[in-house]
Amino acid sequence: MLAPVLHILPLVTIVRERLLPVAGKVNAHLNQRVSPTDVIAEANFAREHALIDVARTFNVPVKLADRMIKVNERDRVAQGALVAESGGMFSRSIRAPRAGRVMVAGGGQILMEVGDAKIELRAGLPGVVAQIIPEKGVVIRTAGALIQGVWGNGRIDNGSMISLIEKPDDVLTAERLDVSVRGSVILGGHVRDADTLRAAADVPVRGLILSSMYSSLLQLAYQMKYPILVLDGFGAMPMNSAAFKLLTTNDKRDATVNAEHFDRYNGNRPEVIIPLPVTNEPDEPNSYDTFAAGQIVRMKRPPHAGMIGSIANLRPGLSDLPSGLRAAAADVRLENGETVIAPLVNLEVVG
Amino acid sequence: MPASLVQTESILAIDVGASVTRVALFDVVEGEYRFVASGQAPSTAEAPFKNIGIGVREAIQNLQGVTGTTLLGTQDNNIITPSQPDGSGVDGVVATMSAGPAVKTVIAGLLSDVSLQSARRLAESTYSRVVDTLDLSDKRRPDQQLDSIVRSRPDLVILTGGTDGGASRSMLKMLEAVGLACYLMPGEKRPMVLYAGNHKLAGDVQELLGGHAGKLQISPNVRPSLEVEDLEPASNVLASLVTSLRQRQIKGVDELYNAAAGNLLPTAYAQGRMIRFLSRLYESTRGLLSVNMGASASTVAAGFNGELALGVYPQFGLGENLGAILQHTEIEQIMRWMQLDISSNTLREFLFQKSLYPSTIPATQDEHAIMQAIARQALYLAVRVAQKNFPASARASRADLMPKLDLLIAGGGAIADSGSVGKSLLLLLDAIQPVGIMPFLLDQNNLMPMLGAAATRSHYLPVQVIESGAFIGMGTVVSVIASANYGETILRAKLAYADKTEVRADVKFGGLEIIPLPSGQTARLTLSPLRRADAGLGAGRSGAITVTGGALGIVIDARGRPLNLPADAVRRRELMKRWSHAVGG
Repeated sequence: MLAPVLHILPLVTIVRERLLPVAGKVNAHLNQRVSPTDVIAEANFAREHALIDVARTFNVPVKLADRMIKVNERDRVAQGALVAESGGMFSRSIRAPRAGRVMVAGGGQILMEVGDAKIELRAGLPGVVAQIIPEKGVVIRTAGALIQGVWGNGRIDNGSMISLIEKPDDVLTAERLDVSVRGSVILGGHVRDADTLRAAADVPVRGLILSSMYSSLLQLAYQMKYPILVLDGFGAMPMNSAAFKLLTTNDKRDATVNAEHFDRYNGNRPEVIIPLPVTNEPDEPNSYDTFAAGQIVRMKRPPHAGMIGSIANLRPGLSDLPSGLRAAAADVRLENGETVIAPLVNLEVVG
Repeated sequence: MPASLVQTESILAIDVGASVTRVALFDVVEGEYRFVASGQAPSTAEAPFKNIGIGVREAIQNLQGVTGTTLLGTQDNNIITPSQPDGSGVDGVVATMSAGPAVKTVIAGLLSDVSLQSARRLAESTYSRVVDTLDLSDKRRPDQQLDSIVRSRPDLVILTGGTDGGASRSMLKMLEAVGLACYLMPGEKRPMVLYAGNHKLAGDVQELLGGHAGKLQISPNVRPSLEVEDLEPASNVLASLVTSLRQRQIKGVDELYNAAAGNLLPTAYAQGRMIRFLSRLYESTRGLLSVNMGASASTVAAGFNGELALGVYPQFGLGENLGAILQHTEIEQIMRWMQLDISSNTLREFLFQKSLYPSTIPATQDEHAIMQAIARQALYLAVRVAQKNFPASARASRADLMPKLDLLIAGGGAIADSGSVGKSLLLLLDAIQPVGIMPFLLDQNNLMPMLGAAATRSHYLPVQVIESGAFIGMGTVVSVIASANYGETILRAKLAYADKTEVRADVKFGGLEIIPLPSGQTARLTLSPLRRADAGLGAGRSGAITVTGGALGIVIDARGRPLNLPADAVRRRELMKRWSHAVGG
């Protein structure tokens, strides 16, 4: 059976697309070395539109209204600029309600883009531009440690990573977040209260990497301006041992926290990237594998959720589970020496 | 039916669910269609696989392992069609699909309580999530409306409004707003548009939207007149639009569509089609109900003499939307079904954690018990929402009761994998709370939608497969409406078997009474209610009926309707364990 792979890798080649949400201009060039804060692409986009109904305002047929429109598509117009005029002895006029760009002029109407906003897309991670995607963004290639999580609040930042976790089931509290960690990415454990998230914003930090947090904090977590990445899930879950070992051994190194939403259809998921110098570029990781004995796996469901183990034996056919269900299953030897039966759909290969 | 009327072709049916891909082989045995075997594998629509074909092939390989028949070509790994002289392959392929994200839908109509409601019901007939609504009462300016549509990035826009030949000016304004919104979106992200309004405007719709929509389909008006609502033609067109959308969104759907020679339907649509067909075939006077609980959605299809009420509710699916169920119900409403002594916080974290891993299954008894409680509340909610769309002829005698029905067919992982037929039945009784007397069938292989799709190739196939016993007869349920104290006798029942033996039972309020009657057997059931209880024959009315058996036999649910659970959690859990024990534990 095919197995999804969770990346917790000490050294691997990482290739990531960084794309604008709307078409724009790409500033970076091929093979350019970029740092996380470099603006690699930018775009102007209209937050809103203004629809001016010329025919209705002048109370004239559409064809006549079209002749009264004084602007053309793609024209930039200032606020108050004349956009339509009825003509004749008692001429009336329509002026642009706001500065903007004409999108459509016809059918008796003018549609304008207004409320221009500028988007600057930063590289987010250090590396080399491996591909330019015209008007959209770039593909960046780098090497380093890669640790994937299960939930993110949609933000990205980078900074020096400081570990405030001594053991996998530690709780991160507001008291631990003082001025000494300002501007850092914090490696913490479980978060159980809103004060901790607010304290991190007050310091401020560049990101929180957590083992777990209570789902009641989700709304507040979305409001935070810094990235929050959850490695193992909701509730009070300890950090999985593979991520704990790898992250704590990289204490004080620069880390990028890309806490993007887990999109199960395009495969984007929240992740921590710790860039590392290499002489020979390592391999790219596989995104899926086939279950086999000896593989390191992470348990996705209770009673051993988040625990790391190895497949001792793949059972043939379907097996009876303690829940009463029947499914393809494996015997998994956990790190504490216990061997348990687990349905394959509840496992992901670590690699 | 004479064997000569049956086309002798084997059919492979494929159902791509959000979590599981199932395949089933149907073939002609002794002149009649039979369900031969099924195979399944985890679905692969999502990352990292991102191609449904991987899961489909794995499921077919598993089926090959069961039947010993070669279905996939050794060279190209494609389905072998037609069947070959060496016995390999199949003559036809049909497919259904529920995998994929909820379809983000904007609905638009003129009157909020007329055409907009029709648009909403139409949207609810597929895997949609309504992200914006437009109607005449909308106070937003046209540019605000179009900004809102652009921001919501819909996959689909459903436009209704105006009776045929009726209002057109307001409708045209709405069309303009939708057309401009489509124009402003990037080409590859433009929504598909279904127009099901005033037919006189079809030409204008084509002109205004044809060049800007991702795909435009025009169907007959869902409201040809103010008094008449006819969703069926539009829902047919909607099913084809959703399939097109999935072809655009998910890799491998094109390939499946071609392998099925275009016979690829949304799973819920195929389920609904079967229920409509069966309600006509069996001339059901009161109605047939089919429920399916999957990871992508809970689906409720009710057929009333050929008229279908189909509701698809992604918000009550047991997969990635699970965390969001708390937007539709209080956590205490789920807790009331819990047999375990756990805190509401534990349940809340469970919901969100499960939504991270929708395809996982319970590994322990406790986890399974929690999922069963969640499934009860999700199905309870889905059925209550669906009930509002039942036709007037099928209204219940009281607003807090279900209408009387003739048959219930249930399927989907949460129901079929309850652990035993008894537990499946108890889940259905708790959640649906039926009234009257009706048999319950369990579709343990999820064949219902596949049969709906297979009906396009052979009308005989679904009937013959169902009549061959492909579904498990759970039993005949007698649900009693009564007002009494716990433990008071409310009904005397007597079951007279064909061999002249009898079983009698004094049925007490608050309990479940099981009278054995094996599958395939019929018997005469005499019901004598006390205290003006209604056992399906009318308040206080006695009578005798012929009933069919099943895995559990005759189940008399004397817990009252609606089911009132004790407020005290300890007492409630104790009762639930007792009920669970009554149906086999």
